[in-house]
Amino acid sequence: MLQVIKNRLEQGHRTSKYPKEPINLYKRFRGLPKVDPKCDGALIQRCADACPQDCIDTKNCRIDLGRCVFCGLCETLSGGKFVTFSQNCEMGTASRDDLFTQGDLPALAEHSKKHFKKLFGRSLQLRQISAGGCNACEADTNVLNTPFWDLSRFGIQFVASPRHADGIHVTGPLTKNMRAATITTFEAIPHPKVVIASGACAISGGPFYGSDEIVGDLNSIIPVDLYIPGCPPHPLTTLHALLTYFK
Amino acid sequence: MDKLLQIQNNEKINRADIPHLPFETFRQQLLECAATGGKVVQFFAYEDEGVSKLLAVMRTDKLYVGGCDAPDSFASLTAESEIFHMFEREIGEQYGLKAEGHPWLKMVRYHSNYNGKKDVFDNNYSQDIPGNYPYFSVEGETVHEVAVGPVHAGIIEPGHFRFQCCGERVFHLEIQLGYQHRGVEKLLQSVPLKRMAIIAETIAGDTTIGHGLCQAQALEALAGLEVDKGAKTVRTIALELERIANHIGDLGALSLDVAFNPPSAYFGRIRGEYLNPTQILGGNRFGRGLVRAGGVTHVMGDEQKKLLRDKLAELTPEVEHVNELIFSAPSVTGRFDNTGKVSKENAEKIGLVGYAGRASGLSYDARVSFPTECYAELPANSNSKTDGDVHSRGMVRREEIMHSTSLINTLLDKMEEAKSYTPQELLQLAPHSFVVSINEGWRGEVSHCILTDAKGEILRYKVKDPSFHNWMGLALSLRDEGISDFPLCNKSFNLSYCGFDL
Repeated sequence: MLQVIKNRLEQGHRTSKYPKEPINLYKRFRGLPKVDPKCDGALIQRCADACPQDCIDTKNCRIDLGRCVFCGLCETLSGGKFVTFSQNCEMGTASRDDLFTQGDLPALAEHSKKHFKKLFGRSLQLRQISAGGCNACEADTNVLNTPFWDLSRFGIQFVASPRHADGIHVTGPLTKNMRAATITTFEAIPHPKVVIASGACAISGGPFYGSDEIVGDLNSIIPVDLYIPGCPPHPLTTLHALLTYFK
Repeated sequence: MDKLLQIQNNEKINRADIPHLPFETFRQQLLECAATGGKVVQFFAYEDEGVSKLLAVMRTDKLYVGGCDAPDSFASLTAESEIFHMFEREIGEQYGLKAEGHPWLKMVRYHSNYNGKKDVFDNNYSQDIPGNYPYFSVEGETVHEVAVGPVHAGIIEPGHFRFQCCGERVFHLEIQLGYQHRGVEKLLQSVPLKRMAIIAETIAGDTTIGHGLCQAQALEALAGLEVDKGAKTVRTIALELERIANHIGDLGALSLDVAFNPPSAYFGRIRGEYLNPTQILGGNRFGRGLVRAGGVTHVMGDEQKKLLRDKLAELTPEVEHVNELIFSAPSVTGRFDNTGKVSKENAEKIGLVGYAGRASGLSYDARVSFPTECYAELPANSNSKTDGDVHSRGMVRREEIMHSTSLINTLLDKMEEAKSYTPQELLQLAPHSFVVSINEGWRGEVSHCILTDAKGEILRYKVKDPSFHNWMGLALSLRDEGISDFPLCNKSFNLSYCGFDL
């Protein structure tokens, strides 16, 4: 018993004050990229050719954040002249098109006011489905339940049954072998319900795009309401998206 | 085993130098190796100019390789030694080659084979998983079956579990996977080289460094790239941080599964504290984008070194205190002791690897047997408790956390500055070559194997996650256990679904 108390005192109170106070991430962290469209065309082409995800649109000078895995190669190759990754984690969007960007995403809160705030603003229960996720998205979603993030203080919970849920949170490129189970789970949720695509895989197939063993785009099977980019999304990206979209 | 070729970890071999044996000799050689305690590192089929072939890498305290032309159906090795069990099922599934007399010939991941041969399992893949899958069944008056998944009641990957029970006791647990199959190997054989590292890092997200490192080393061997000492140190530190973070997360979860909540809350947070240093090193909590063929993308300067050293100094006593809290509580040890036991004999038979193997008394640690990066100059770990139960698997992890911490501190002390890395836009791989790379990921032996063709293009890319060996260990640990101890046993192994499903 004494040891329990001793440990409790040592651990103290660790829950972050976010969103009242910002959380600063280390300068090497790669968050929302900023594109300079005035950069030399040849350099843009070199970055686009080298991009492992082929997610640089040279014509419009935009990056597809739905497919980008934030590996940072374009920043390295261009010496920061074409792309620089900021430490800004706030990347959730309500439309797939908004993810093709130069680094200026529309404010998520505006969209939400018209839709889900009234329904789920005070309580949101989500059923998580891993549909081919590599366990990085899953792990960094799970982490929101630890004392540092303490997701449930916002009235948001991940629940065990789709019957108790207001929506699904899907990770992974939707493998063919998870297609049926994903649809069944979605259908088991009572209306009205929301669909969240989390991570590059669920949005576009991510690192596995082009594989014939995956569907690759959740939206082609079930209409998606909220997109959370990243590979995996930082816990703060997910938390920010959930809070601005629903709260 | 005199007819197999002895090789080194990460050594480029001309494919012509690999002994190409008649199938019967090949089979005898592998069985002979297995009979003397040898284990399978890789055993797979591939197609070369229209001919199906088999290739195997075996390990004793050394590594051996050999191959043969594959008959369309062949006498199963599993019938004589269980260590080939999953490998022969996989060979059947991927290349339509049937292991006759295999006692449990069922699909592994549920996909059509790579070469259009007749399907070994008579499956029609337009139907949903699992197709023709004869589950084990037990009959009798008080016998019942519990089926769970694919979607589980938590934030966890999908898989299907069937428990054959008598009351609360489990006779047998059958684990049927495949839901996470993304076609990783086929992708790695067909995509441009620029995509490969990204795919390797997402084979199993919690083993980003483990798999990324295997691939980088294999490509370095084939492309003749040298890696400088500083980069090797960063890679070693990253692999050890990955080990610590995962072990801590699992110890917290084990504590939660026996309803002792405080350590689970503490370790839940502290796990994250060990992911953040990886983000300091390379900009991502899981180490994405850090390891690349040729080195590391970010060098470690004095600033990063100091941040890492301070963080470790702050966390290490906390971790020890929480561990002390877990392992000294009678309510915890009462549940950990003798639960989910895998005997040393059974562990040997199925070839357990990693901490699960070490907890059952198999000392194999790839960092010691086949050292890469900086491991040759670092001290090995030894384990005090090897009874094969949940308690032992927990203790091994506890000891490994402290061991890994001291390895990182040692490396920080004598760290050389890594040279800055130039991205390899054009990587030229040696033609007609073979390489196998082995690393001790946090779960155990991770291995990648690459074969190249006449043009230096990848002919076959084979991935093996330690989970490929160890899922069977989880199934065995549940024999004659209470079904309510499943979560505890499961967490003590914490195997990868996607690493298995590929």
